[in-house]
Amino acid sequence: MAKAFTTMSGRTIERIYTEELLDGWDPRTDLGTAGEFPYTRGIHPTGYRGKIWTMRQFSGFGTPEETNERYRHLMAAGGTGLSVAFDLPTLMGRDPDHELALGEVGKCGVSIASLADMETLFQGISLKDITTSMTINSPAPMLLAMYLVVAEQQGADWKTISGTIQNDILKEFIAQKEYIYPPRPSMRLITDVFSFCAKHVPKWNTISVSGYHIREAGATAVQELAFTLRDGIEYVQYGVDAGLAVDDFVPRISFFFNAHSDFFEELAKYRAARKVWATTMRDRFGAKDERSLKLRFHTQTAGVSLTAQQPYNNVVRTALQALSAVLGGTQSLHTNSLDEALALPTAEAATLALRTQQVIASESGVTNTVDPLGGSYFLERLTLDMERETRAYFDTIDQMGGMVEAIENGFPQREIADSAYRFQQAVERREKIIVGVNDYVVDEKTSVPILYIDEAAAARQIERLKVLRRDRNNARVRQALDDLKRAAEGRENTMVPLVEATRAYATVGEMCDALREVWGEYEERPII
Amino acid sequence: MAKIRVVIAKPGLDGHDRGAKVIARALRDAGMEVIYTGLRQTPQQIVSAAVQEDADVIGLSILSGAHNHICPEVMRLLTEKGLDDVLVVVGGIIPDVDVPKLNDIGVRGVFRPGTSMQEIIDFINGNVRERTEVI
Repeated sequence: MAKAFTTMSGRTIERIYTEELLDGWDPRTDLGTAGEFPYTRGIHPTGYRGKIWTMRQFSGFGTPEETNERYRHLMAAGGTGLSVAFDLPTLMGRDPDHELALGEVGKCGVSIASLADMETLFQGISLKDITTSMTINSPAPMLLAMYLVVAEQQGADWKTISGTIQNDILKEFIAQKEYIYPPRPSMRLITDVFSFCAKHVPKWNTISVSGYHIREAGATAVQELAFTLRDGIEYVQYGVDAGLAVDDFVPRISFFFNAHSDFFEELAKYRAARKVWATTMRDRFGAKDERSLKLRFHTQTAGVSLTAQQPYNNVVRTALQALSAVLGGTQSLHTNSLDEALALPTAEAATLALRTQQVIASESGVTNTVDPLGGSYFLERLTLDMERETRAYFDTIDQMGGMVEAIENGFPQREIADSAYRFQQAVERREKIIVGVNDYVVDEKTSVPILYIDEAAAARQIERLKVLRRDRNNARVRQALDDLKRAAEGRENTMVPLVEATRAYATVGEMCDALREVWGEYEERPII
Repeated sequence: MAKIRVVIAKPGLDGHDRGAKVIARALRDAGMEVIYTGLRQTPQQIVSAAVQEDADVIGLSILSGAHNHICPEVMRLLTEKGLDDVLVVVGGIIPDVDVPKLNDIGVRGVFRPGTSMQEIIDFINGNVRERTEVI
């Protein structure tokens, strides 16, 4: 049997691409020029000449003090934006002293239980001068409220500060599974944030619709693209249904994609994403403001591609993945560290990851021109194919009634689980090669220094919480939480009582529990 | 021959279930009877599932760094229920220094990123208790 030439997503690739294979492709309508509809070539006419991408390294561990120190280190090393990684108790809306938080405090990210922790996290960092991305979903409104109150304490104006909350619950149901409430009240929280920010924090990116986790869970490149954009459509539809005008909130929607190892397929994915989004916003929702049409995105290199074996190989993988994101026109980028198949990164490994971006930006020359690979027969064919396949997924999901319904049916979950298993089988059969894992294997182990997070962080956070609960005005906290519950039962925007509860030093767990009482918790039917 | 019965469990708060699901499927395709517990199971729930399902093997998937808390508790509860002969294996992000600690408390297999499905299947087949057929 002839050897099959396929991408890592299983797409068959031709021996050579020629004009004939681009039949029907029209450079005027399919490609256009940079900064113009349909934005296939990029959303800025000057590409990276005007502004280089933001080098935003996702980081957080242990206590707020420890993470604050790492942030100062990253900024001193030339990082240009912050990106907060929270620990699992925070992500799941549990306080450090909750029984389910046992062993998890400060492990996968920083532990933030109340406004007091948020004040410490940004000590000495001026929130009016930087932008911050916070990877937080179910408790996104609570953490946003904390950020806003800290900004206010520092004298920064809500009207001018900027940053991003991930706030993308659909991909949690689909892939990462950090959900608290059932889908419908979860969507309500998101539209509350949309309308609150449109009014009070107009430069805030209210959602980062994320394909990253969908891909990490095993999706193919096209599944990542299709499910992410269809999630985006769902948020727009819910916003419109909640009475918001498209051009009032869609410009604040941003995206987050994975940069996996198959170079050209990834590159095509970013280009197709811009084109499909622009077309969909115009044709499906009648968006007029060009900011609603322009898809802005952050990229992170593929964590799942990192290997514990021969960890230094990960530096090379990450560099190639980062290059595809840059050639694809990303607005910001996180490069993973070489030690992340083993633990959270050390400061040295995180610095090398940042240097990787700086080498691409300063030495490779790829930033001199916009979309340097545009017009390649191969790349344009791939872009068209991914666009077509994405639209086919849209049709399937539309027929189910939308993404919320598709999720309730287990559709994207099943598609992803199937792809994950197929890929693993291909690796086992050595149809797909992973250097150091199923080829070029060596016996001796390379050992790298790793960051080891001990239990001291948990003890400190629990102690601090005890003091906080003793010293704050508990009557004010109770009042604020009651107001929050009333808002959740009715139609008042939940952000208003959340900001008040935050000022009263209510904890993340207390605020999330108040909403649990009203809405209950979601439990998924596992699909394998 | 009776099928090997495996409970695959996701303890802790972590929701990253790609590995657990891929392994569940691989073991099933290898002829084992697989029960997947779903997410956020406490050690108590996992051990109860093992009792109810008459499991020969418990596979824990932990990527969050909470293995030093979860594994000892699962082992303690298994001993308490007299299930010392159940083979316990763990997969996930486990630092080198923790591997001997886990082995010491009776976790027989620790599988880290890059482990092949076949390696895990072979390990289970080679280490599972002898099952006496009850007719």
